[in-house]
Amino acid sequence: MREFLYYRAGSVRDATKRLGASGNAMLLAGGMTLLPALKMRLNEPKELIDLAGIDELRGVKLTRKGAHIGATTTHAEVAGNVELRAAVPVLPHAAESIGDPQVRNRGTLGGSLANNDPAADYPAVALGLGATIFTNKRRISADDFFTGMFETALGRGEMVTQVLFPIPQRAGYAKFPNPATRYALVGVCVAQFKTGVRVAVTGAGSSVYRLAEFEDALESDFSEVALAGLTTSAANLNDDMHAGAEYRAHLVGVMARRAVTMALD
Amino acid sequence: MSGELGIGASAPRTEDRRFITGRGRYVDDINLRSQQYAWFVRSPHPHAEVRGVDAADALKMPGVTAVLTGADMQADGVGPLPVAWGITSRDGSPAFEPEYPALATDRVRYVGNPVAVVVAESRTQARDAAEMVNVDYEELESVSSATAAIEEGAPLIHEGAPGNICFDWEWLPAAMAPDARSNTDKAFEEAAHVVSLELVNNRLVPNAMEPRASLADFNPATGQLTLYTTSQNPHVNRLLLCTATLKMPEHKVRVVAPDVGGGFGSKIYHYAEELTVCWASRRLGVPVKWTAERSESFLADAQGRDHVTRVELALDAEARFTGMRVDTIANLGGWLSAFGPAIPTVFYAPLLAGVYRTPNIYVTVKGVFTNTTPTDAYRGAGRPEACYAVERAVDEAAVQLDIDPAELRRRNFIQPDEFPYQSPVGQLYDSGDFDGCLSLARELNAYERFDERRRQSQAAGKLRGRGMCFYIEACGAAPSQAAGQLGARAGLYEVATVRVHPTGSVQVLTGAHSHGQSHETTFAQIVAERLGIDFGNVEIVHGDTGEIPFGMGTYGSRSLAVGGTALYKALDKVEEKGRKIAAHLLEAEAADIEFTDGQFRVAGTDRAVSFGDVALAAYVPHNYPLQELEPGLEETAFFDPENFTFPSGCYICEVEVDRHTGEVELCDFVAADDFGNIINPMVVEGQVHGGLAQGIGQALLEHCRYTPEGQLLSGSYMDYCMPRADDLPNFVVATRCTPTPFNPLGVKGCGEAGAIGAPPAVINAVLDALRPLGVTHIDMPATPQAVWQAIQAAQSGE
Repeated sequence: MREFLYYRAGSVRDATKRLGASGNAMLLAGGMTLLPALKMRLNEPKELIDLAGIDELRGVKLTRKGAHIGATTTHAEVAGNVELRAAVPVLPHAAESIGDPQVRNRGTLGGSLANNDPAADYPAVALGLGATIFTNKRRISADDFFTGMFETALGRGEMVTQVLFPIPQRAGYAKFPNPATRYALVGVCVAQFKTGVRVAVTGAGSSVYRLAEFEDALESDFSEVALAGLTTSAANLNDDMHAGAEYRAHLVGVMARRAVTMALD
Repeated sequence: MSGELGIGASAPRTEDRRFITGRGRYVDDINLRSQQYAWFVRSPHPHAEVRGVDAADALKMPGVTAVLTGADMQADGVGPLPVAWGITSRDGSPAFEPEYPALATDRVRYVGNPVAVVVAESRTQARDAAEMVNVDYEELESVSSATAAIEEGAPLIHEGAPGNICFDWEWLPAAMAPDARSNTDKAFEEAAHVVSLELVNNRLVPNAMEPRASLADFNPATGQLTLYTTSQNPHVNRLLLCTATLKMPEHKVRVVAPDVGGGFGSKIYHYAEELTVCWASRRLGVPVKWTAERSESFLADAQGRDHVTRVELALDAEARFTGMRVDTIANLGGWLSAFGPAIPTVFYAPLLAGVYRTPNIYVTVKGVFTNTTPTDAYRGAGRPEACYAVERAVDEAAVQLDIDPAELRRRNFIQPDEFPYQSPVGQLYDSGDFDGCLSLARELNAYERFDERRRQSQAAGKLRGRGMCFYIEACGAAPSQAAGQLGARAGLYEVATVRVHPTGSVQVLTGAHSHGQSHETTFAQIVAERLGIDFGNVEIVHGDTGEIPFGMGTYGSRSLAVGGTALYKALDKVEEKGRKIAAHLLEAEAADIEFTDGQFRVAGTDRAVSFGDVALAAYVPHNYPLQELEPGLEETAFFDPENFTFPSGCYICEVEVDRHTGEVELCDFVAADDFGNIINPMVVEGQVHGGLAQGIGQALLEHCRYTPEGQLLSGSYMDYCMPRADDLPNFVVATRCTPTPFNPLGVKGCGEAGAIGAPPAVINAVLDALRPLGVTHIDMPATPQAVWQAIQAAQSGE
């Protein structure tokens, strides 16, 4: 770690102002990715703006439109939220599968989405449910938000403030964890809405993505059987010491079927 | 009275209160006035010439005191890091031992090889400056796998080791057993059946919870050096500092290993970093501290295992083992760590008989240099590799001959009336009841009802498999003379002093070192039992050469068998002197004095004095036989064992495999161990649990991987998979005791058993589950991907 300035913001406005004023500042939410990166000197910001003191960024609210979750709401808070468990159980289920208790008590929804780790769980659920990401400047649909490996549509000075998850008729998230990190080696979120079916895959590619063939198959028949013959190509999938592209492609099919089973359960 | 906490009681650990409440005192907790911090500049290349080190920019950085190099060290006459065990090749030539400088002088041979050290006022300043040190490397071709390194045309790592071969060794050597090889070959010619396997024993990173740390404090006024270091054997570190590297007189060096958070072998050695901070402190006249980052632990702690082995087992028509041939290629790394050459040879081959009566065994081992971190002892050290070879081969034989694996083992067991048993690979086994252990394990596993469980798993869509292992290992290193004949450059006895205070409380100074083993508890139980005093009146002191006469430390499950026996012998002396004092006080003959429950008593009478009264008399000798006896009550014993001890045990585990993902879930694990007598059952259980976790880690999760050139791929917990609680089942552990006759406590050792027996049990179970799909082989670790790929290959008929 190198030396940096630490600033604890009091409001979104305050954080926005500070972020705009500083040449090389980063936002600190749970710090579950940022702090290890600082220790390894992979990131060397001049200033950290801590969002922990901003109450308006935290909390869960259910409305007609869906589940509104504040950006600094922790995974543990989502996992333990009784209303979410009733209305959209896929969210607390996915949150509960992230990391370990320490991580879940520090890590935040906004942090996870803004970081867009190719193996993170929340991006799959956000994309799978077709979430809307609110920032201090605008709203971005999940389909436009995740632009590449560790890359998002967030611009300079922009921060996630809240996420709105529409409530599906049914949904499931099945994840095969990397044995070492417990990130998703492959994770698949399947959600059925009146308007159609969405299937989002994390862990397999350079960034979370939707799987059109699987969506089409499930639109005509939302069942595990509908996916039976479907495979996905290993081309362009991640290939590393934990899992080759072939294995990941295979797991996409297995996890998609399991996600459907969960959704129907 | 020893109360409830004598030998055999599950006394709560004395250590726990301070560890659980954060009151432990580890090396990094110690801070001295004017202390400075070291940061090492390490090679980013697996193999390179070091053409120069330019420190000019680094020296301009704030807070920097010095940037020191291998050349500076050489100029100060500091010696290379020593090899503690000499191995002789089968042609009679000694193993090639390269001079291993703590800071590279001309060449680096693994990623992480220290090249220079920066000393600065803060750790961050030292680290910042280290980034500014410009090392001029000329990269060389490199190789990380031992099998690749011995291929023709492989990059040469040491000029003195053609073909990268450090040694080419056989066991037993022709000089000791001229017919071993020919008899074994004959057994294979005459065999009714031969099983042959190629096995990989995966490389592991030790991962002690506390990273290594050293703080050196040289006092220029007195010439005294104090080193606080994370060591399993501080006296050995002092010995090597004084004789091999820094070359200071021993009375001027004190080495303290305070609380140490785990070692597993990785903290045995006299490392480059420890030596460098001592030398830097002496050179600069200030205390110098280094604490490893976890990333450095991955690069610079000696690693374990890394064998490729061909094992062949010959059987006669009744499925009795008649011969075994083992040929192993062992990866030693870029340099030799202290015991590097000994682990894959003398700690490995002598265990290849297992628990069986196999009459003919012949072993060859090539030790190979590669561009990787040096390997050395890691929990089990040679015995897990031996056990894996034997127990995989035996299981394979059971499959091929369609005999129940328990029955095949039983048919070949050494029988209880054959002890002491001379094995064909040079060990004299002390005791054992293998059939008894097997029966116990079968009972705990509900062996007969496996088919029922298998059907249940099947109904749930899972493949169930069961695996078994019967290990034997050698603990209690070692008879010094035998070890010396095998190449050891040190003795392997242990030392204990029992200091009885005037009021009867006792301090024990032991040369063994506890870094998780609970000596403060178990050794106190021995004293409480022997002297009949309260457990709470005993203090165990370890880890300080300034307080303890001498010692060889803790590794190889030796503390109790060797250190405990030294303590036992010192207690004999205390008792003997106490008897004489009591005889004087009671006006009786010493021969008539009995000592029981803390009372010296004239036999057959009610005339007695307590141990406390005797102690007081020894220190206030008013009524005391001063003409015959010295005052005081303090005794020291050195114990050099007559033989190793041989724990053994039967492990049975069951797994469920998800054929769709390749995931292996451990459902049941039964461990039935024979550790001889047990001092503290709870501590033993904890040791077994820890060993099993590490053994299961090797079998299913852990793998230290390099690129073919030698870049470390698994350099953090993001890529190196450590076992976690939810990876493990509830262990069912039980013990069956055949006391060893080779020490008076009858104890054998329990620290490494789990890590030795678990890997073959788990892999045998995985293969048992997968055989219906046509899978016949899998290497460790059996990760989900590896299992899935094996299924795919079998199903596609590859």
